[in-house]
Amino acid sequence: MSVGKPLPHDTAKLHVTGAARYIDDIPTPRDTLHLAFGLSSVAAGTITGMDLDAVRAADGVVAALTADDLPHANDVSPSAYDEPLLATGTIHYLGQPLFLVVADSHLNARKAARLGNIDVDETTPILTIEDALAANSRFEDAPRIWSKGDVDTALSTAPHRLSGQIEMGGQEHFYLEGQAALALPQEDGDMVVHSSTQHPTEIQHKVAEALGVPMHAVRCEVRRMGGGFGGKESQGNALAVACAVAGALTGRPCKMRYDRDDDMMITGKRHDFQISYDVGFDDDGKLTGVDFTQITRCGWALDLSIPVADRAMLHADNAYLLPTARITSHRLKTNTQSATAYRGFGGPQGVLGIERVMDHIAAELGLDPVTVRQRNYYAPMGADTDGANTTPYGMDVTDFILHDMTTRLLDDAGYAARRKSVADFNASHNTLKRGLGISPVKFGISFTLTHLNQAGALVHVYQDGSIHLNHGGTEMGQGLFQKVAQVAASRFGVNVDLVKITATDTGKVPNTSATAASSGTDLNGMAVQIACDTIRDRIATCVADHYGGPVRFEDGQVIADTITLSFAAAAALSYTNRVSLSATGFYKTPDLNWDRINGTGRPFFYFAQGIALTEVVIDTLTGENRILRTDVIHDAGASLNPALDIGQIEGGYVQGAGWLTTEELVWDDKGRLRTHAPATYKIPAASDRPDIFNVTLWDEPNPAQTVYRSKAVGEPPFMLGISAFLALSDAVAACGTSYPDLQAPATAERVLSAIHRTRK
Amino acid sequence: MGKALGASVYAASTDRQNPDPNLVTRQVNDMKVSFLLNGEAVEVNTSPTQTLLDWLRIERGLTGTKEGCNEGDCGACSVIVTDQASKRALNACILFMPQLHGKAVRTVEGISGPNGQLHPVQQAMVDHHGSQCGFCTPGFIASMAAGHANGRIDHDDVVAGNLCRCTGYAPIIRAADAAKNAPVPTWMTEPTPPTGPAPFAPETLYALAAWYAANPDATVIAGATDVGLWVTKQLRELDSVVFLNRCADLQKTTVTDDTITFGAGVTMQDVHQTLRDHHPSYAEMVRRYGSEQVRGAATIGGNIANGSPIGDNPPALIALGATLHLRHDQVERSIPIEDFFIAYGKQDRAKGELVTGVTLPKSAPALRVYKLSKRFDQDISAVCGAFNVTVTDSIVTDARIAFGGMAGTPHRAPAVEGALTGQPWTNAKIIAAAAKFADDYTPMSDMRASAGYRQEVAANMLHRYFAELAGEAVNVLEVQP
Repeated sequence: MSVGKPLPHDTAKLHVTGAARYIDDIPTPRDTLHLAFGLSSVAAGTITGMDLDAVRAADGVVAALTADDLPHANDVSPSAYDEPLLATGTIHYLGQPLFLVVADSHLNARKAARLGNIDVDETTPILTIEDALAANSRFEDAPRIWSKGDVDTALSTAPHRLSGQIEMGGQEHFYLEGQAALALPQEDGDMVVHSSTQHPTEIQHKVAEALGVPMHAVRCEVRRMGGGFGGKESQGNALAVACAVAGALTGRPCKMRYDRDDDMMITGKRHDFQISYDVGFDDDGKLTGVDFTQITRCGWALDLSIPVADRAMLHADNAYLLPTARITSHRLKTNTQSATAYRGFGGPQGVLGIERVMDHIAAELGLDPVTVRQRNYYAPMGADTDGANTTPYGMDVTDFILHDMTTRLLDDAGYAARRKSVADFNASHNTLKRGLGISPVKFGISFTLTHLNQAGALVHVYQDGSIHLNHGGTEMGQGLFQKVAQVAASRFGVNVDLVKITATDTGKVPNTSATAASSGTDLNGMAVQIACDTIRDRIATCVADHYGGPVRFEDGQVIADTITLSFAAAAALSYTNRVSLSATGFYKTPDLNWDRINGTGRPFFYFAQGIALTEVVIDTLTGENRILRTDVIHDAGASLNPALDIGQIEGGYVQGAGWLTTEELVWDDKGRLRTHAPATYKIPAASDRPDIFNVTLWDEPNPAQTVYRSKAVGEPPFMLGISAFLALSDAVAACGTSYPDLQAPATAERVLSAIHRTRK
Repeated sequence: MGKALGASVYAASTDRQNPDPNLVTRQVNDMKVSFLLNGEAVEVNTSPTQTLLDWLRIERGLTGTKEGCNEGDCGACSVIVTDQASKRALNACILFMPQLHGKAVRTVEGISGPNGQLHPVQQAMVDHHGSQCGFCTPGFIASMAAGHANGRIDHDDVVAGNLCRCTGYAPIIRAADAAKNAPVPTWMTEPTPPTGPAPFAPETLYALAAWYAANPDATVIAGATDVGLWVTKQLRELDSVVFLNRCADLQKTTVTDDTITFGAGVTMQDVHQTLRDHHPSYAEMVRRYGSEQVRGAATIGGNIANGSPIGDNPPALIALGATLHLRHDQVERSIPIEDFFIAYGKQDRAKGELVTGVTLPKSAPALRVYKLSKRFDQDISAVCGAFNVTVTDSIVTDARIAFGGMAGTPHRAPAVEGALTGQPWTNAKIIAAAAKFADDYTPMSDMRASAGYRQEVAANMLHRYFAELAGEAVNVLEVQP
């Protein structure tokens, strides 16, 4: 059975030979036009005049469009209809698209896009948390507040109490393939759109609105993305809509791809957060109450900020039972890029808040940070907790396995001995200090907008036994297509080579959810399984009618009572007996209910878990630092493909560590993002990965009924990177006696300033 | 110290081979470039600033090579370029077509065999799950195949210029290691490239200097790792350009008993090779300068001549008391390199005058160069400090300390040097001298670092220098897990 095998990514050979096609690689008709946006160079104000004569006169320009030229809806928001494709008078941020250039080449479009003469009545932008709080500039009418028990009494009566604050920066996705779309006008006003998107149905929906046509007139196709990480959940809408509108107006194919600098200036990033905490605990470090205030800059438009901020609240507990809690969440509106989905979707920010609290408590009491964590863990799966093992939002935690995972990690990684060797090193070194950090993750799996937890599949078996597989999920490198193909092959008992994985297509599977929330395999794998089983049962019936049952599907064969057929022969037999060999499958996640206003219910089907131990070294003269070793144990349930799952864990860890170390977004006081290219925004390079990097799968079946009892693995390992940040804090702590109060991202500069604090 | 070193060492020995500047002018107007593409000869009419990446993707339909950033910082566009001297991975997005004349270019499509056989690094990347989204993969394959052909096993350095956002690099490095002992496939051997007159590229210094003196508004292009961005990001049209890469006189490295002279056109990759034998700390800085692809194109002359306040060679060269050589038409002169940098954006270089080379002492055991950046590899320095202090009988007899990133130009720290010179080499004197950095520099705040941090780490680098010379472990990169 192909499920469980460490098979390569389905298009690995195409990747390594350069044959895998991305949007900009698709051969285009010869009259294809190329698009670029003219961008705002100020962060806030009112447009008083827009002179595009020079743009229109530039080489190769076919048209220059403003909001007035758009025939129908001027909106690319995934949520609140507050995101005009082209500015309508008000400028909301520096980098906002103001006009659209349509030209004969990508280069000519880019050149012309800089020639706009825009008059703006500038106003003072709201850029920072402080600006926004002072102006009460926020989404929703008031902060969202969820609570559990009487936190005020718990805090006031706690044996120990401390408070603090941690700031954490945003994060640029830096998908290697920038945003891109290609629209091909069809007969009768129809439009076909190729988009680098995690959400083809949304592209279809927004394009249909922009063209004033029903959704049936628009088809969106996505074979693959060159990376997504949440950055292509909604941020591709603008390009697809621009191409479709320009295509409809000119009757010619239109392509748009952002130059990297434009991509970083225009599109949203991870939400930055400031989290304040006030916590009470006993002599053992066990929490009695936690009061968190989470403040985030959402940028200029709503986008997905509400569910992101909700998920930060939902992960304020991470792996720990909070006896009482209050979580207050402020969603601020600022004149900056509209912050959007990014791997973890607010979860990492919420988790970092409580992990910081755990370390702070350990430092306060002089306890090992691992011990404090273990004492505060939820009760393990199977324990009799009598309903007392609930999250701050009232969900009973019944599948908690981090106790055992932690014990094993500490053993495997030699934690106790390394604690001592780090201490010895620090005692004998003046300039260099080492540190250890440990962080678990318990991540809730399901979309918190419950209706999104559905998926569809379309499977055909041809008369030669080859299988055509389609579903609503998109491939962005995570290996979804391969894992789902392994499911399909296993249902038919055939080799995965018989399964052709095909591009996501809104014409094949409609009304899909974004491939997001780590849910791709859980949802689409189940839908595919259901579709395959429908066909398999039909074949089995047909074969049994001829050769007697029961009928089994194994090793490429269909075994009946009196005969063993090849799968191809069984398919041919079914065809000639007029049996339908095509089926859809539909799946919806069971057992979900969620009230986001009151913060109560069961938003998640289950929890994926993991734990990491990281060792770092810092230079106390400059703050320079690097990761020496990382040990991870991660829970992917019964893995559908261990190689791909380990790939997600390694990649997620490094991306998470990057978020909290070298990746720094800097805006100047005019609201201009100064880190808008890889020259200035530094994601991890090869040498930034841990020297020693041990990743092990826990590999126990998911108690929840998921596809082959696997668990989602896209986002959870991202949070393991938090251990690198905590290790840096631990190393800084070796320089003095005060709590380092390290802020993120922990650039060399921030590490050095923390060293000063710890020496005070 | 401080006087011009070795001014007589540098001589343009082939001056007389091509004395006709008119010939150069004809060459400059010639638009034809000939090279090998995946083993087959091509002749291309090109504008001087057409990039190889655009030509591959738009004109040739070879879309395996990707555009990730269009500025040479991500490596998705990496290709292999082979000439008589070397085989190296370069960024196609900032490589202009004329730079390829007479060379062999191999893209990802040509790294697999003629019948679709996978190259060992391609097979290893499949076997070790080294691709996820796949978009960076062709660039990695180019870097890895070049490294493989060159017998490199320092995989982290080989791929330091290739960014991957998916894998966390671990499987890529495993793949590179797995492939290292496989033979280089026969199809990777390049036939002899076509020859012929080169466009825009004089072959002798005599001709180059004459042409440039007559065309002083032209843009001089060495590796194009900076000028490339004028074209791809600033979208500038460069009407008149001249390329240095075929000027043999500028490509020489001369090592004498006392000095090393680098021609202005010597790439940073070749500079690195030479420095490893003579100035290990400077070489270690250069290992982190740009990336494999950037060092393969960028030249030491370009890094000096562009006058960046940060450029990482100048602080080291100033601390070494290096001499810069310049030439205007047929007039040569040599100056202490520290005098070249007058103010931000202003250098001691006349219109039409070329930087032709730099001479540095061959030995300086006390030289240490510290590059500080947000990321270790492929990052522009926030601060780059170079220290070269001579201690005789426990007394400082000479101190040369220079910094980049601390002012509008790279320059020395006279107050700190003064506080050290003549004093005992002790921690107390270091503390006193470190306080003088505020007299020498008034750094700026920007996206790389705050002014206060720059000021503090400049002083701390002096402490590090003292500790390192005393034998203390000070380098996080040298700590083993």
